[in-house]
Amino acid sequence: MLTTIPTFAGYGLGLRREHYRDFLETDVPVDFVEVISENFMLDGGQPRHILRQVRERHPVAFHGVSMSIGSVDGLDHDYLRRLRMLVDELDPLFVSDHLSWSRIDRFNSHDLLPLPYTEEALDIVCNNITTAQDALGRSMLFENPSSYIAFPGQVMTEWEFLGEMSRRTGCGLLLDINNVYVSSRNHGLDAHAYLRGMPLERVRQIHLAGHTQGAGLLIDTHDQAVCDDVWSLYAEATTMLGPVATMIERDDAIPPLAELLDELDIAREIGRNKQRLSEAA
Amino acid sequence: MNLSTLQRNFRDWLVSSSSEATLRQLGTSTTAGLDVYQNNYRGQLVGCLESSFPQLRAWLGQEVFLETAIAHIDSHPPHAWTLDAYGLDFDETLQARFPHNPDLHELAWIEWALSESFVAADVTPMSSDEWQTVDWDTARICLHPGLRQRTATTNAEAIWSALQDGAQPPESEMLPSPRGLIVWRHGYTSRLRLVDTIEHEALLSLREDNRFITWCDALVDHLGEEAGVGKAGQLFADWLAAGIVTGTR
Repeated sequence: MLTTIPTFAGYGLGLRREHYRDFLETDVPVDFVEVISENFMLDGGQPRHILRQVRERHPVAFHGVSMSIGSVDGLDHDYLRRLRMLVDELDPLFVSDHLSWSRIDRFNSHDLLPLPYTEEALDIVCNNITTAQDALGRSMLFENPSSYIAFPGQVMTEWEFLGEMSRRTGCGLLLDINNVYVSSRNHGLDAHAYLRGMPLERVRQIHLAGHTQGAGLLIDTHDQAVCDDVWSLYAEATTMLGPVATMIERDDAIPPLAELLDELDIAREIGRNKQRLSEAA
Repeated sequence: MNLSTLQRNFRDWLVSSSSEATLRQLGTSTTAGLDVYQNNYRGQLVGCLESSFPQLRAWLGQEVFLETAIAHIDSHPPHAWTLDAYGLDFDETLQARFPHNPDLHELAWIEWALSESFVAADVTPMSSDEWQTVDWDTARICLHPGLRQRTATTNAEAIWSALQDGAQPPESEMLPSPRGLIVWRHGYTSRLRLVDTIEHEALLSLREDNRFITWCDALVDHLGEEAGVGKAGQLFADWLAAGIVTGTR
């Protein structure tokens, strides 16, 4: 199954409304863009029209926030039908979502809520991933979440859960370096051990983002630049990763595009350094 | 605790900041982490209502809008897969809190209808050549999928238009007699129009029975032969030019 997810080595940005004009009218130097799938799972209208135009210029990755892969209720079939239609029309590089849950009974939190890392949760997540991948006709990527609580009675670490989930279902992984940093700090874990424990050969995409210091916790806010510690962790990860699609995620306090492109250049430079080191070795 | 119980407890915490017992069941000794999720949950819903009803928010003022949004969040937990749907029943809360302010209800309707129309299905209008070949005796008229319509009793359309243009809005007032509000999409732009009763009812009747000949007959019955035929021609031409009528089937 995983072999059906091709690798893509490149650097991209999230496509946000503030930058639509830039992407439609100028030649933005990115290798791909990522869109929030749900923003385009619409019957029609201007958003889809814009996405079609951007797709003519750039490869596009779909990133979802509402699949709720950890729901004990299973998945929403209308959601899957709409996502499949979008996938069929635009043939994205990747289709991803989060290792989290949002929905129970008729309630949808619209937030990425944490799962306990138990055998029961693993079974439910894997069943749901299989359902989703069957419905979409392709393998997906799932992202490690940022989290603010840890449940008692967990029987495995997050990276062990992700590895077993990927092994059982054939899904790939989207490694969010900022989430590794945020969750590790919040739960007193070693971020380097987290990276070393991840099945990095399953990773196809990297997210880099900013966070905020809350009251005793780091909050994954995506509203500021990537911090030095996260860049260091990214540099470490690149030495262990194969070809991946790397991008900056900014969802709030969105700056001019040029500022994000400058930030993306930092990622490119880290990638070039890795390349030089590999060639020297 | 199994996953089903955990998820229901977590939902209860988000919706109602449930009891200490629930916190213990979730295995947390402090609420710091859970507070982050609850802030995200409530903040996101407030933000969604603010972006869905920007001119209603301006008309009510931020403080009153926020109180209303909080009341709505407390009484209407979200259930759709898309956050965009959360404002769908906001009018229920407006009706409960402001039962004697139809301007607010109509203002909210305008904003919601515009947002629905904005992402309604695309349609390619029939070409002028295709219109030439229509058999009007059997034609069934297709209206834009983004068309929305309701009775107007207040000057909410004038208030919304002024707020949207950054102009000074008029005082709220009742219309001398009810009219109609229609919202649709022309190309990729949502449109709003206040129409007279004849146009409002004519459009309603076409939505109920899309046979062109039946619709013309109804106008003739209502207005008389000459005026009915004239009005039918005028309305149909206008709706066609505006993109309200998109074709036949």
